[in-house]
Amino acid sequence: MPEREVKLTIGPQHPMLKEPESFLLTLRGEKITEMTVRLGYNHRGIEKACEQRTYIQDMYLVERVCGICSHSHSMCLAQTIEEIAGLQVPKRGLYIRTLVAELERIHSHLLWLGVAGHEIGFDTLLMYAWRDRELVMDILAIISGNRVNYGMNVIGGAKRDITPDQIPQILAAVDTLEERTKYYIHVGTEEITLRERLSGVGKLSKEDAIRLGAAGPTVRASGVDRDTRRDDPYGAYGELSFDVVTDNHCDVYGRTLVRLGELMQAYKLIRQILKNLPEGPIAIKAPRKIPAGQAIGRYEAPRGEDVHYVKANGTDKPERVKLRAPTLANVQAVAHMLKDGYLADTPIVIAAIDPCFSCTDRAIATTNLDNGRTDRMEWPALRTYGIDWYSKQGIDFAELNRKLRTMRESN
Amino acid sequence: MLVEEEKIKQQLVERFGLSGEKITVQRERRVWADVPAAEFGEIFDYAANKLGFVILATITGLDEGPTLGAIYHLARESGIILNLHISVQRDKPVIKTVSARFPVADAYERELVDLFGMQVEGLPPGNRYPLPDNWPAGQYPLRKDWKSDTIGKSEVTENA
Repeated sequence: MPEREVKLTIGPQHPMLKEPESFLLTLRGEKITEMTVRLGYNHRGIEKACEQRTYIQDMYLVERVCGICSHSHSMCLAQTIEEIAGLQVPKRGLYIRTLVAELERIHSHLLWLGVAGHEIGFDTLLMYAWRDRELVMDILAIISGNRVNYGMNVIGGAKRDITPDQIPQILAAVDTLEERTKYYIHVGTEEITLRERLSGVGKLSKEDAIRLGAAGPTVRASGVDRDTRRDDPYGAYGELSFDVVTDNHCDVYGRTLVRLGELMQAYKLIRQILKNLPEGPIAIKAPRKIPAGQAIGRYEAPRGEDVHYVKANGTDKPERVKLRAPTLANVQAVAHMLKDGYLADTPIVIAAIDPCFSCTDRAIATTNLDNGRTDRMEWPALRTYGIDWYSKQGIDFAELNRKLRTMRESN
Repeated sequence: MLVEEEKIKQQLVERFGLSGEKITVQRERRVWADVPAAEFGEIFDYAANKLGFVILATITGLDEGPTLGAIYHLARESGIILNLHISVQRDKPVIKTVSARFPVADAYERELVDLFGMQVEGLPPGNRYPLPDNWPAGQYPLRKDWKSDTIGKSEVTENA
């Protein structure tokens, strides 16, 4: 068979996709020469819906932009609205918000670690990481009553207080999680499976990361020292001490190390927050009508920066709400990472920024590079081609099939 | 306080002859500027290449009645955000792409096209975003005169 370029469509509906999106890969052999993305299948019109609802309703709506970074979006929106309204959130409220933000980061990064393990066939890591993640899910449920969509933010502060008896429970869970994370760092740096499988995969140089506008752990794993929590502090971050974790591997392995490092920083932050939790009220009363004005809010979500813009017109409903989640910033970077990489690396490279998938479709379109003719191979033709190819290598399936039939019949 | 922010304002005023009233330092790390659409390209390039605004956080589209607006939220590594606002006529909403300088703008500009009906000159060909391929022509959901029941009254055309 002459060398062919193969176009492979993955999505928008695909067994391993966690959400609908579509990738068109152009392959030459096992190598990807080009990739285009089609997004928007999950567009729910939330920005328009926000304009038609009150600020209070919008807080609930925006919490549901993402199932994992729910606190990120609601806190980002709350602080943007508070800036327009000139509200000074009490310090205890800011500390509680920041506490939940870091707990959310732990739950998100452990979830990611499990998914990453799964995508490379290391399911033991998935089981371990998700078992440990239950500890932080329990803490979030104790604090907020929910495992996701915590509803901890109101305009003007935090909705629920942290009680004295919750503090030792949180600290005990953090101690255990820290021990577990040290073990994962040990696995990540010493165990050959992760290191060898992830090194050199999904390369993104520092220059390309900056040029393509990547965000979050993706950009930090390419050696870019950028973190909204430090650069444009919000919540209680301005008063807390933590390190921005970067790595110079510029690949999926580096992105793994950055997330593991950020877990360690999250434990450090939580201990500081609980040690220095200020006394006083957790929220101030916010007006229903927000005075005319505009503001932009930024928030370092687990996957990268959330950017919210709000324009108020003096009523109880916003004139405009604009939300940007980090994956949109990372899409260009993913297309770049996949180019010249191997098809088999696609799931982990895409999972390394967040959405992920595996498997391939069963009908493929091919382009003959000699004459440019396009034709389509259906499943039976692909099967025949496979059998012929193997028989040329001396592997005869007819013989195997005959043996299988004999075994079945004798049973 | 606000030394860097005031300096950015000063640089924009001096270099482009903008009126000081059009540039607001809202607080620490927040600068807003209204710039004429005709000079936008030059000001944007200057901010991105000379003033150190190396991050395009996002682009916000606005329906302002007789005009459509766009705010380019540019950020520095140090955390300062410069928000450049332009307005174009509603009946001729043409802006120029910034995707050559910031490839990430591709998705943001396609949002302006799909949701506000703006025309972005120089935007490379590609898939539309975020609306479906069979979305009816001339329906721009984030314009204020568009209501969510508008869609039921018009005919859905394939590959509009």
